[in-house]
Amino acid sequence: MSTATQADQAAPGSVPARGLTAPRGLADRSFQWLALGAGLLVLVILVLIAFSTTQQAWPWFKTEGLGIFGTVWDPAANKFGATPFIYGTFVTGVIALVVAVPVSVAIALLLTQVVPYRIARPIVYVVDLLAVVPSVVWGLWGILVFAPWIQHIYAHIGSAVDGIPVLGALFGPPTSGASFFTAGIILAFMITPIVTSLSREVIATVPSIDREGAYALGATRWEMIRGVVQPHSQGGVVGAVLLGLGRAVGETIAAALVIGSSPTITSHLFSTGYSMPAVIANQFGESTGVFKAGLIGLGVLLFAFTIIINVVARAIVDRSARRMRGE
Amino acid sequence: MAAITEPPKADLREPAGWRRTKNRIATVLMWISFVVVIIPLIFVLYTVIAKGASVISWQFLTSGPIPPNVLPADVGGMGPAVLGTIEIVALASAITVPLGVLGAIYLNEYGGKNWLAWFIGFMADVMTGVPSIVMGLFIFSIWVLHFGFSGLAGAFALGALMLPIVIRSTYEMLLLVPDTLREGSYALGASKSRVTLTVVLPAALGGIVSGVLLAIARAAGETAPLLFTILTVTSANPNVFSGPNTSLPSQIFANATQPYPGAQARGWGAALTLIAIAFILMIAARIVTARYARYQR
Repeated sequence: MSTATQADQAAPGSVPARGLTAPRGLADRSFQWLALGAGLLVLVILVLIAFSTTQQAWPWFKTEGLGIFGTVWDPAANKFGATPFIYGTFVTGVIALVVAVPVSVAIALLLTQVVPYRIARPIVYVVDLLAVVPSVVWGLWGILVFAPWIQHIYAHIGSAVDGIPVLGALFGPPTSGASFFTAGIILAFMITPIVTSLSREVIATVPSIDREGAYALGATRWEMIRGVVQPHSQGGVVGAVLLGLGRAVGETIAAALVIGSSPTITSHLFSTGYSMPAVIANQFGESTGVFKAGLIGLGVLLFAFTIIINVVARAIVDRSARRMRGE
Repeated sequence: MAAITEPPKADLREPAGWRRTKNRIATVLMWISFVVVIIPLIFVLYTVIAKGASVISWQFLTSGPIPPNVLPADVGGMGPAVLGTIEIVALASAITVPLGVLGAIYLNEYGGKNWLAWFIGFMADVMTGVPSIVMGLFIFSIWVLHFGFSGLAGAFALGALMLPIVIRSTYEMLLLVPDTLREGSYALGASKSRVTLTVVLPAALGGIVSGVLLAIARAAGETAPLLFTILTVTSANPNVFSGPNTSLPSQIFANATQPYPGAQARGWGAALTLIAIAFILMIAARIVTARYARYQR
């Protein structure tokens, strides 16, 4: 039956039937374009971020050249080398991971392998509460409560290990409450929820038939985790850890308050330092000219680092998720 | 004929007792990890409530301008910061939520499995990892340098942070809408846009609202994107579209480094207010999710 006869048979006064091959209405098509536009906005914003910030930072790249990786940052002497901040960002990120990853993976295992659902749910709520506390509140607590408290512990450890080769270089004096280590610990609290929830998602995809197989062979829970869960979820957990690192590297306000704000490159983890986002937040207001361009340039480097970390991490997580689904 | 000598039976298994002990150690370590996480959480919440509760009053939440740092805590209030946070976050949500929902509609309803939709989805995930301070620098470079500081600029920066979160959470919810609902509506002759707007979206509404509330909670606590977009002033600015503004997180950041007890106390009060806002939004999200789950059954 052709569409024409269908239309002829339609009762008078009713809406004329639309043929299957007729073009879609204007409203319908414009809605599709609108949705596509909103989706493309993500790509547009990412490109604009890279373009506009690089443009503003250009005077720094031009005047310093490779000097952007210099080791001295002294606005008064017109020296703008980024290495102290890159170093500080790296060190605090590593400390955060060393503290947060074992804890997060252990909680993820607890939630998926040990406790039943009705107990797992409240635990998830509690861990997620860590993410509800805003960055600036962590910073406020860090500088007014945590740093003054932990300062004494640092001082004790510092005097105990002073003079011992490696330990002295890492934990020896000078010590300060606001330091690389304090910033690393606060960052660890902040990234624990995301690393936990991503690891949990990855670990939850382990097929129960494999787990039951291990149990049937007489394995204890820990042996089952080592033999079944670990090989299945290793890749995905690495991705989750990288995403956590991305968060820690970009975290600004908490680090700006507790890192101690001195652009030094030192092996002493208990002494004051600086990180890229922190220096941008603290010095941007008073900066002009190449100084300001340099701070925006630090933002460009930070953007590049986090994009690379996130692309790699997402690719790993996606790949392991696809492999789990057997694609 | 060589005698087949049986090799002595070596028990290669670990002793059963040690295996059980290892298992127990592992389980205990997992529980300890959870406790390790709760301790700082309780510590932070306790400090904020203990130091903030005595400062908070109706006057603290509504009156302004914010007094100079040297004055004690019982003078003036954080009214301008409360107003600024509400204005800026509301504006950011008004801009971002429709765009984010539309973007998710493209990803799930139109894009499906094509490469562009996959790429946009992937980059939206990557965008959630862009540091908030970079969003601030971005809006500073592209907007503030030309049009000056304003609440609107702050809303753009917060919106850029919220956009990928809204897209991702909405997308997850649209995925859960069964195809039979869509097919049923197509069978009745509805166009695709109509199916999406009147059938798919209402079916996923609960989850979308809950995701949006969580994104708003996240944005309300952000400081870094606001530093270079709204500045931090001490008087109320009801006009969100022009002139410098202030917000609770910006004030906490400014007060945290002050040596004056009054300024610090106001910082704690603002921190408690901010956490309370985030909690209310989170509880609202949970209620919406619970309601929605019941309605689904």
